[in-house]
Amino acid sequence: MKPLTTEQIRAVIAKGKFRDNLFKAVGVFCLAFALLVIVALIADMLIKGSERFTLDFFLNFASRRATQAGILSAWVGSLLVMLVTALAAVPLGVAAGLYLEEYAKRNWITNIIEINITNLAAVPSIVYGLLALGIFVYQFGFGQSILSAGLTLALLILPIIIVATREAIRAIPAMIREGSMAVGATRWQTCRYHIVPYAMPGILTGVIIGLARAIGETAPIITIGALTFIAFLPPVPFSEIDGGATAGMFDWVMSPFTVMPIQIFNWTSRPDPAFEVNAAAAGFVLMAMVLSMNAVAIYLRYKMRKNIKW
Amino acid sequence: MQIHDTPALKAEARNLNFYYSEKQALKGINMPIYDKKVTALIGPSGCGKSTYLRSFNRMHDLYPGNRYEGEIRFFPDNTNLLSPDVDPIEVRMRIGMVFQKPNPFPKTIFENVAYGLRVRGENNKRTLDDKVEHALKGAAIWDEVKDRLQDMAPNLSGGQQQRLCIARALATDPELLLFDEPTSALDPIATGAIEELVHELKKRVTILIVTHNMQQAARVSDYTAYMYLGEMIEFGKTDQIFIKPNDKRTEDYITGRMG
Ligand SMILES: Nc1ncnc2c1ncn2[C@@H]1O[C@H](COP(=O)(O)OP(=O)(O)OP(=O)(O)O)[C@@H](O)[C@H]1O
Ligand SMILES: [Mg+2]
Repeated sequence: MKPLTTEQIRAVIAKGKFRDNLFKAVGVFCLAFALLVIVALIADMLIKGSERFTLDFFLNFASRRATQAGILSAWVGSLLVMLVTALAAVPLGVAAGLYLEEYAKRNWITNIIEINITNLAAVPSIVYGLLALGIFVYQFGFGQSILSAGLTLALLILPIIIVATREAIRAIPAMIREGSMAVGATRWQTCRYHIVPYAMPGILTGVIIGLARAIGETAPIITIGALTFIAFLPPVPFSEIDGGATAGMFDWVMSPFTVMPIQIFNWTSRPDPAFEVNAAAAGFVLMAMVLSMNAVAIYLRYKMRKNIKW
Repeated sequence: MQIHDTPALKAEARNLNFYYSEKQALKGINMPIYDKKVTALIGPSGCGKSTYLRSFNRMHDLYPGNRYEGEIRFFPDNTNLLSPDVDPIEVRMRIGMVFQKPNPFPKTIFENVAYGLRVRGENNKRTLDDKVEHALKGAAIWDEVKDRLQDMAPNLSGGQQQRLCIARALATDPELLLFDEPTSALDPIATGAIEELVHELKKRVTILIVTHNMQQAARVSDYTAYMYLGEMIEFGKTDQIFIKPNDKRTEDYITGRMG
């Protein structure tokens, strides 16, 4: 074959470059579109709800009058439910992921477990609600409480945390594990000193993605019977409750509650259009909660990753 | 060669076979490892040098499906390192390893070296300080890092990282040190430093080293073994192997006619 002339080489390069630029343009367009949709959504809620952004909105309970109705019980409820969810799902999910990656032998049992976890992530959230209604609410007698809701959402995000943990562990090079085992460490020592700390940024990302998903879940929470109109807060530990008694450390977990998405849902279904303003404002607050969780995750991951390289 | 200049045995492979699941990677290996000597393993890529080396500290136990046959006797106590009754962790506590690519942990220099001691339950600050310093000196890197023990180890240069890994292995006073091509990722100066170190270390510990570099084998080792396709073709004093090999295949390899 004859070597290409300079002109021919340039023609080939020009053709390649044209495709480069074409793809760049398409990519930028897609990105801009996605960004625009998000920004438009947020801006829409911000503008619609703007007249409700007062301190009172955050400090008032729900009310029959739209202008006085606030989201106090909803945001407190959301935060407390998230707390229970995180406390239940993180240890379970990390331990399960660690076990599957570092301890479990590869055999048909682990294969079935693996397939199951993948499937679990695809189960519609309402199904978790039904399950939780039977088990947590009635069987265990937790009732329509923060505890039931937290555990339900924990189940829901467990697969996310397990998968994130496993991926983070798999990203650790085998030579690090071998380096640890080669000085005579046990599996547990290797996990405690190396695997878990190095996987932490990835695990954290998974946890936050999971929590961000959980905080917006409505269906399973409705299923287990969260209230839609609630004018009190869960008891603060050791505070005085009616009748002069003192609340216990964990009394709040058994309290009835509502959460942000339910509050929003409730307002959008009212005939009075004034409540749409409340719904938009609450929607914006929920968005802000999710985005700030993501921001915290990105910051922490950045901080932790700085010191982990091989 | 007279009997009286044959040194004591530190270890001996007896009829060692090794299988990666179905694939046999080591075939009937018999070989002595002499005490406080450097033994080099040479042979073309894929002949099983790493596989053989990693049998000594039971690294293969970390992965499912691997299987040993035969024995590696370890002296003076005549333990069979490969026996299912022998805990691989106990084996690794007595036998240190340095890998081909430096693999410091993403922790401080100090913690890298102290790790083996911590794993053994040592948490006394004074003892750790002493032993870490001793190990870093033994690995000829103390002067370079003594003022930055709290720096992250992966920020060191490649050659420094490898010496740090040697310090990590030395900190726990192993009886046998395994080196798998420890200089293949290093420049000539760093390589020279490691070779000098190996020479220095054999006063205290037995060394088994894999290398692709003939000059390196000739420079640092007392004994050399030539492996080919999973078999031990020839074992002898380094001088004899390089000057007058008995086997044609060894000669071809050393003179560069193959591999
Ligand atoms: N994990 C594994 N599973 C299956 N086969 C393997 C595995 N590791 C190595 N082998 C095979 O075993 C044989 C010996 O490999 P080994 O890594 O011991 O060679 P080596 O002599 O160290 O080569 P090199 O000089 O390239 O490092 C090779 O044929 C290799 O393909
Ligand atoms: Mg090798």
